[in-house]
Amino acid sequence: MYFVLVIIPSHYNHCTNRKCLSVCFFLQQRNLEGYVGFANLPNQVYRKSVKRGFEFTLMVVGESGLGKSTLINSLFLTDLYSKDYPGPSQRIKKTVQVEQSKVLIKEGGVQLTLTIVDTPGFGDAVDNSNCWQPVINYIDSKCEDFLNAESRVNRRSMPDNRVHCCLYFIAPSGHGLKPLDIEFMKRLHDKVNVIPLIAKADTLTPEECQLFKKQIMKEIQEHKIKIYEFPDTEDDEDNKLIRKIKEKMPLAVVGSNVVVEVNGKKVRGRQYPWGVAEVENGEHCDFTVLRNMLIRTHMQDLKDVTNNVHYENYRSKKLAAVTCNGVDTTKTKGQLTKSPLAQMEEERREHVMKMKKMEAEMEQVFEMKVKEKKQKLKDSEAELERRHEQMKRNLEAQYKELEEKRRVFEDEKANWEAQQKILEQQKLDASKTMEKNKKKGKIF
Amino acid sequence: MFSPCVRFSHCHQVLNVLFVCIPQNEGKRNLSLGGHVGFDSLPDQLVSKSVTQGFCFNILCVGETGIGKSTLMNTLFNTMFENEEASHYQNGVYLRPRTYDLQESNVQLKLTIVDTVGFGDQINKEDSYKPIVDYIDTQFENYLQEELKIKRSLFNYHDTRIHICLYFIAPTGHSLKSLDLVTMKKLDSKVNIIPIIAKADTVSKSELHKFKIKIMSELVSNGVQIYQFPTDDEAVSEINSSMNAHLPFAVVGSVEEVKVGNKTVRARQYPWGVVQVENESHCDFVKLREMLIRVNMEDLREQTHARHYELYRRCKLEEMGFKDTDPDSQPFSLQETYEAKRKEFLGDLQRKEEEMRQMFVNKVKETEAELKEKERELHDKFEQLKRMHQEEKRKVEDKRRDLEEEMNAFNNKKKMAAETVSLSQPLKKDKDKKK
Repeated sequence: MYFVLVIIPSHYNHCTNRKCLSVCFFLQQRNLEGYVGFANLPNQVYRKSVKRGFEFTLMVVGESGLGKSTLINSLFLTDLYSKDYPGPSQRIKKTVQVEQSKVLIKEGGVQLTLTIVDTPGFGDAVDNSNCWQPVINYIDSKCEDFLNAESRVNRRSMPDNRVHCCLYFIAPSGHGLKPLDIEFMKRLHDKVNVIPLIAKADTLTPEECQLFKKQIMKEIQEHKIKIYEFPDTEDDEDNKLIRKIKEKMPLAVVGSNVVVEVNGKKVRGRQYPWGVAEVENGEHCDFTVLRNMLIRTHMQDLKDVTNNVHYENYRSKKLAAVTCNGVDTTKTKGQLTKSPLAQMEEERREHVMKMKKMEAEMEQVFEMKVKEKKQKLKDSEAELERRHEQMKRNLEAQYKELEEKRRVFEDEKANWEAQQKILEQQKLDASKTMEKNKKKGKIF
Repeated sequence: MFSPCVRFSHCHQVLNVLFVCIPQNEGKRNLSLGGHVGFDSLPDQLVSKSVTQGFCFNILCVGETGIGKSTLMNTLFNTMFENEEASHYQNGVYLRPRTYDLQESNVQLKLTIVDTVGFGDQINKEDSYKPIVDYIDTQFENYLQEELKIKRSLFNYHDTRIHICLYFIAPTGHSLKSLDLVTMKKLDSKVNIIPIIAKADTVSKSELHKFKIKIMSELVSNGVQIYQFPTDDEAVSEINSSMNAHLPFAVVGSVEEVKVGNKTVRARQYPWGVVQVENESHCDFVKLREMLIRVNMEDLREQTHARHYELYRRCKLEEMGFKDTDPDSQPFSLQETYEAKRKEFLGDLQRKEEEMRQMFVNKVKETEAELKEKERELHDKFEQLKRMHQEEKRKVEDKRRDLEEEMNAFNNKKKMAAETVSLSQPLKKDKDKKK
């Protein structure tokens, strides 16, 4: 077991929200004597990230007149929508549009490219079926762009225009969610981080607001809508804060473009005859909570969840569709862990094996047939040989027989001829004797 | 008791941001803020996340056996990494990676040190660089495979790609060895190389100066691209550019402590003096540590991902037949490319199958023809034999006929002779009778 003494070096002073000194017990940790210096790594990361600049895309969705543009201006303390660049609310739209405005803002040396995506016309029509479709299409198309940029062979810059957060404005009816609200959130909760907000919260008293919030959260749970969840940190204090925020969900917000004077201070607020509803007053509304959460503490996490969860879901669905084209659907389950290329490799290997087997089989059949045929030929040949032999023997026998016959015949002939010769001789002798006798006068 | 925490790198996340934020001023307005919004904490948020996840760093040490690689690693990281001394009798070069979990402050580092065992020991060193290149490529390949998976978890992935290659040059004092040039040339497009002169305490100051100049000029004239410390960030450009001029760093490593004055420092004790590792006038160890760890570690990781890995990926994808479509025509669609590839692939498989079948059909035809030929031959032979037999038979028949004729003739003759005898006999008989 090693002790690791933790020392903060002097130039590690950028990071302010961490504990300064701690002594920990660790197994398997190396005992570093003396300062090596990789504790400076976070500083290097910090430096580089500032140099690069940051991007964030925020989408606001809600019916007209809920104060979306005003809230954006209040959040970023700037006139995103002004006289020169009127917000979508100032323009009358017939159908649901998706519009984006890109602005570059700087603070404390940090550059942020902020894209606000507005959805004018949402929920304004009489028939609002499918009014969420343009929104879904927009989100998907941004994911598609990123997927294509990421998949190029030559990847240079991959601008991230994916929607990192969607603020959904709920009308302050005080009763509960509308069917449109539920439908929208259900369709978008697995595509983007959804943060529901109660708009124009200055029309609700604190008690009404509490009830309203409870009702909304109940309905959200009933419908199994997954709104953005704040991740737990290791820091207990931070966790306490997070739990406090969670209890306030959904946040009830008020926005204002106007600065009024209250008690000598200039604050953003809404002036009523009965008083001023201050935007940044925690007792008046949850605006500060929203801003802190959205910008100051969880902006990076929203981006990370978008990248690691929503985008990955989109990507795996998209690629699974490609790979499974033409492939037996019963096999698809195990194939999602592979890249389409690896899968093609595997298919190729399978195919090679199949071909080998087929080849072996065909070879076998072929050999067998050839053997058969050859055997047949051999048999015929043998048969031929045999017959040939037989015939030969036959002939030879015949020849022999003939020879024998001839010999016998010759013998006979020779004999007979010999006999004839004797007879001839006898005859000759006899005739000679007769002649002699005749001559002797023995003729009567 | 806490259990050992294993953290994984946040590489992909941070570097995703790299690709992401290149400001394009199309349709963007610059706005001024009316107050403190608070997004200046974004870098802190990012850093905090990456610290939670932990970092990883992979060093490859290339150098001959006994040149001081392990000692230098121990010295750099102030810890005794376990290591057996390698023998000089390795058959070839093989790479030995070892991973350690280090912690400093609250920063956790997963350090992997890859040693090249047996480098420079063989008689024939032609292929010495190959295992090294293969190892680097394998790490790229593993990352690429993970990146191409359908269900992937890059933010969890333990990045094993080599971020820095420390090339140990033997302190001959003259010039680089040809093995050094060959190896570095093969590695410079795949990994960040920092050349260092090892065991620099055997080179005198003046020799060292000449040695460094010679080495750098040889590297330049051979087109070897070593890692340049980045000078584009104002915060570090000065120190980086001055350090660039000191390359290659002449280092001395030691884990032994020697008392010098009233301090105990890491040093090597010689009869003629003490070489202090951390004394900048004795060697460049401090410079190396500064550059490698304290200033440019993140840049090394970034360069590995953004340059070397991208190059590897591009080459690999092109090899596999992927191509970006013409930028003028439709935008690149991954799906279409994959589908096209897949169609091509299936077509290819089909074609192979057809070819094989065709080959078989041909083979069958051939063999059939052969066998038919044989059959015909046999048949011919058979015919021939038949004819021969017929011929012989005829001959026999002829002979038989001849014999028959002869016999007949003879018989006739005999008959005639007998008749004549019988004719003449009665005469004689008559005669005898008349008597």
